[in-house]
Amino acid sequence: MTRRTRIAVKVAVWTACLTPLALLGWRAVSDDLTANPIDFITDWLGRWTMRLLLASLALTPVRILTGWGWPIAFRRLLGLFAFFHGTLHFGVWIVVDHYFAWARMGEDILKRPYITVGVTALVLMVPLALTSTAGMIRRLGGRNWNRLHRLVYVTAVLAVLHFMWLAKTGRIEQYLYALIVAVVLGVRVAAAARRMVARSSPRGPRTGPPDPRTLGEVEGTSASPRTRGAPRAID
Amino acid sequence: MLIRHAPRYRSSEITPEAVYLSRRAFMAGAAALTLLPGEADAAPPPPVDRLPPLKAAPHPTYRHTDPVTKIESAVTYNNFYEFGVDKEDPSRNAGTLRPRPWNVVVEGLVRKPKTFDIDELLKIAPLEERIYSLRCVEGWSMIIPWIGVPLSALLKRVEPTGNAKYVEFYTLVDPEQMPAQKKGLFSWSSLDWPYVEGLRLDEAQHPLTLLTAGMYGRVLPNQNGAPVRVVIPWKYGFKSAKSIVKIRLVADEPKTAWNKAQPNEYGFYSNVNPTVPHPRWSQATERRIGEFRRRETKMFNGYGEVASLYSGMDLKKFI
Repeated sequence: MTRRTRIAVKVAVWTACLTPLALLGWRAVSDDLTANPIDFITDWLGRWTMRLLLASLALTPVRILTGWGWPIAFRRLLGLFAFFHGTLHFGVWIVVDHYFAWARMGEDILKRPYITVGVTALVLMVPLALTSTAGMIRRLGGRNWNRLHRLVYVTAVLAVLHFMWLAKTGRIEQYLYALIVAVVLGVRVAAAARRMVARSSPRGPRTGPPDPRTLGEVEGTSASPRTRGAPRAID
Repeated sequence: MLIRHAPRYRSSEITPEAVYLSRRAFMAGAAALTLLPGEADAAPPPPVDRLPPLKAAPHPTYRHTDPVTKIESAVTYNNFYEFGVDKEDPSRNAGTLRPRPWNVVVEGLVRKPKTFDIDELLKIAPLEERIYSLRCVEGWSMIIPWIGVPLSALLKRVEPTGNAKYVEFYTLVDPEQMPAQKKGLFSWSSLDWPYVEGLRLDEAQHPLTLLTAGMYGRVLPNQNGAPVRVVIPWKYGFKSAKSIVKIRLVADEPKTAWNKAQPNEYGFYSNVNPTVPHPRWSQATERRIGEFRRRETKMFNGYGEVASLYSGMDLKKFI
C-alpha cells in the first residue's frame, strides 16, 4: 500500500468513526433528539459502541477469510473508538440520566442483569485501552498482551447480552448483533482449530502450501517468539 | 513482518462453506432491517393543529397540578405497535388510519348489547376534560389533558349481567390501516393482533377510567389512538387500549396482549407501583418528558383513591 493510499484510508476510517458523534451533534442542533433526548442519546451512544466493537472484532476474521492483512492495522483505533463511545454512554447514564444518584445506580448495577453485564463489559475494556500503546505492548510482551486482549471476546458477548436484555419486544437488531458476534468469534475458533490440527498432524503444514488463514495471524505461530502477537497500528 | 499479503487461492479454498452461508444470513438480516413491514406504505397522520376541536367542560377535580406536557412531545413519542416499534413510528405512519366512520361494538355479558357509531358513543354523557399523568412501564411520564366520558356511563347503558366480571378492549385489526400488522419476515417478533387489554369490572367502573376521544382540546390524533381509547391513569400506559372497535364483558380474566407476549414481565393488573420492579429494570423513578431530573414514582401514579379496589390483595403478587 502506498503512503498516499494509507493516508487516504486513515482519513476515511477516522471520519467514519467520528460520524456517529457528528450526526448526534447535528440532531441536537436541529432539535431532533425526540421527546426524550436523554434516552435517545444513551441509546445512540450504546448502539455505536456495539457497532464499533463489532467492527474492531471483524478485522481478524476478514483476514482469516480473505487474506487481507492491512485492515488489522485499524483494530486498535476501532477498539479505542468503541471504548470512547462506551465511556460516553456510561457517562450519560451517570451524569445525565441518574444525575449522580449513586445509591440508585449501585442498586441498578447489582440488581438489573442488563446493567450488570453492561458495566462489566465496559470495565473489561479499561485494561485494554490502558495497554493499547506501543510502549505497553513492549512492556507486556506480545504473548501476554495477546492473552490480556482476549478479554475483548468477553466484552463482546456481554455487550450482546446487555443489548438483548434491554431490547423491546418487536425489535430484531439485537439478534443481528448476536449473529455477528457468533460469526466473528466462530471464525477465530475454526481457524485456531485448524492450526492445532495442522500442528499435531505429522505431515503438517510443511508438505502443503502455507495456510493463508494463519499468515500474519497475531495469535499464530509464524511470528518470531520475541515479538509474537505485537500488533501494528497505523493510527 | 506480521502483516503479509496472502498468496492467491481460489475463494472456495479460503472460505469455509459454513462461514460463507452465515455471511449470507447476515446480509439477509441487514437487508431485512431496512425492509420492515409497513415502511413502504408509511403515511404521516394529519398535523395536529388541523384536527377538529372538541369542546369539553374542565373536570373540577381531575386536574393534575404539574405543568402539561408539550403537545409536540405527546404526539410524537408514542408506543403504538400497530404502526411500528419505535416511538416516532406512529407519528410517521398513522396516516393510514381512518378514524371516521367508526363503530364500537359493546357485547358479551350485557343485557343491552349495542353497536355505537363513534359520534353517538360520545354523546352518552357530557364530554369532560381531565388532566392526568400517564406513566409508561418504560419509566417515563407525561401530563396530558384528555377529553372523554366516564367509561362507567357506557357500561351502565349496556347493563352488565351478574356474571360479568371483566371488561375486554379490542383494538382494530386491519393491516391496510395499521401497516405494522402486515405479515412480514419479522412479524413473529411483535405482538399478536388484535391488541387486547382488559380491566376488572370494578376498575372499569371507577370514576377515573375515561373513555377518551380527544386531547389538548381536539379530537385524538391517529397516533394517540383515534378515534376512541381508554385512559386508566393509575395503571401503566399499555393498559390503555387505543383505537377500540370492540368492548366485551366477560366472566374470566382476559388474556391481554403484553401478558401473552411476556407473562413474567407484564401482569394483568399492571398498577403503577414503585416498589415492584419490572423484571429488567426499576420502577422507583420516572423521567417526566420535558424534564431533566428523574422523579420518584408514586404508588398508583398518585391516584391513591383506587387503593380500596385492591384491599386484601398482595400487590407484589398481583402485578
